[in-house]
Amino acid sequence: MTANLQAHKQSSSPLLPDVVHIRERWSEAPGVFTLAVEPPSAGWTFRPGQFNMLYVFGVGEAAISLSGDPAERGTIIHTIRNVGSVTGALDRLQVGDALGIRGPFGSSWPLDEARGHDVVMVAGGIGLPPLRPVIYHLLRRRSDFGRILLLYGARTPADVLYGDELEQWRKREDFQVQVTVDRGDPSWHGPVGLVTELFSRCVFEPSRTVALMCGPEVMMRFTLREFLKRHVTEDRLFLSLERNMQCAVGFCGHCQFGPSFVCMDGPVFRYDRIKLFFNVREA
Amino acid sequence: MTDLAILGTFASHAFLEALSEQHRVRLASGAKPFRAAPGECLAREGEPAHAFYLIQSGHVSIGTHLGKGGAAPIQTLGPGDVVGWSWLLPPYQWQFDARATDSVQGLVFDAAWLRDQCEQDHELGYHLLKQLLTVVSGRLAAYRIQQLDIYK
Repeated sequence: MTANLQAHKQSSSPLLPDVVHIRERWSEAPGVFTLAVEPPSAGWTFRPGQFNMLYVFGVGEAAISLSGDPAERGTIIHTIRNVGSVTGALDRLQVGDALGIRGPFGSSWPLDEARGHDVVMVAGGIGLPPLRPVIYHLLRRRSDFGRILLLYGARTPADVLYGDELEQWRKREDFQVQVTVDRGDPSWHGPVGLVTELFSRCVFEPSRTVALMCGPEVMMRFTLREFLKRHVTEDRLFLSLERNMQCAVGFCGHCQFGPSFVCMDGPVFRYDRIKLFFNVREA
Repeated sequence: MTDLAILGTFASHAFLEALSEQHRVRLASGAKPFRAAPGECLAREGEPAHAFYLIQSGHVSIGTHLGKGGAAPIQTLGPGDVVGWSWLLPPYQWQFDARATDSVQGLVFDAAWLRDQCEQDHELGYHLLKQLLTVVSGRLAAYRIQQLDIYK
């Protein structure tokens, strides 16, 4: 919690948004867009896995993961899916428009723990953006890690995010990248099927693997089974969870998850610490 | 490939590793190695299901044609997978297309021969069916999750 509170030193108050402007915006896929915004201060930084609260004035706030390169200090990148009133309003913002920003908030992916290990990232749908900062980090410090793998599942070929970057990463011999879609089309020559079916295409050593998962919870449930089946231990399985985050600093309780608040204790959790609550059916 | 080499392959293939040595020896006598080049068709929807394939390397796309729209891939199979169970059930016709997406190697059985073996030795047939049911069950589970459209 101390680390999370320290992150807020970048802003005068964790509840007070800074006003920033959009520098660029572009479409990633149908209903998915990326905003590049100016940082609120010169020294603004984040850790892979964290999120910001983006505030559209007069509409409201939404928690959006950071999806850019953590070493790139000049611009903050958010890839967003238009699914509601706030994200819809974010989608309508244009270059030069102002928005409020608070953050960064939350826990981060365990990159120090992953050093020396194989790192297997499994993403589904809009779960790829929160993992992209990890990819930048791993590739920048490539020799610090064992094998690195990205298994990514999307709904259709048109929904695959960051297609050009995926292609660049796939060309590297030191990065196993596998992309599958639920529904193929005649233009798609890659795998069709669940993201878990990509495991058979990949090589990693379970006893020295750290797994990072982000996507729909049902996808992560099935992905967890695959890792556990291969005897990756529960303390090396990490998930990013999504809940209704409103204050982002543990005051409001909207994002309570068992004894934790996703906004402060998460969004990245170690599986063995949340497994009692992860499979609980909600009414 | 000798029967001995085929037996070695059997032991390491996920589909057959659960079979007894006796059954593997019996099946090895009817298995032949096959190779398929990228784009080559292993099965075509509506045509007689004359073969049963075990994939050792490479990938096979299962799909259906969309008339003028080309072919729609439904699932991709890889090493350790099997292609087809249409050979087992009347009318012994492929339900979908199967096409190599890259260079594929594996073993192939003549469907009529394999059905005969299952009829002659019901224990073998039972174990093969159990293995096939495992495959069908896994694919059905995957298909059900795909139908949930979880990335929507």
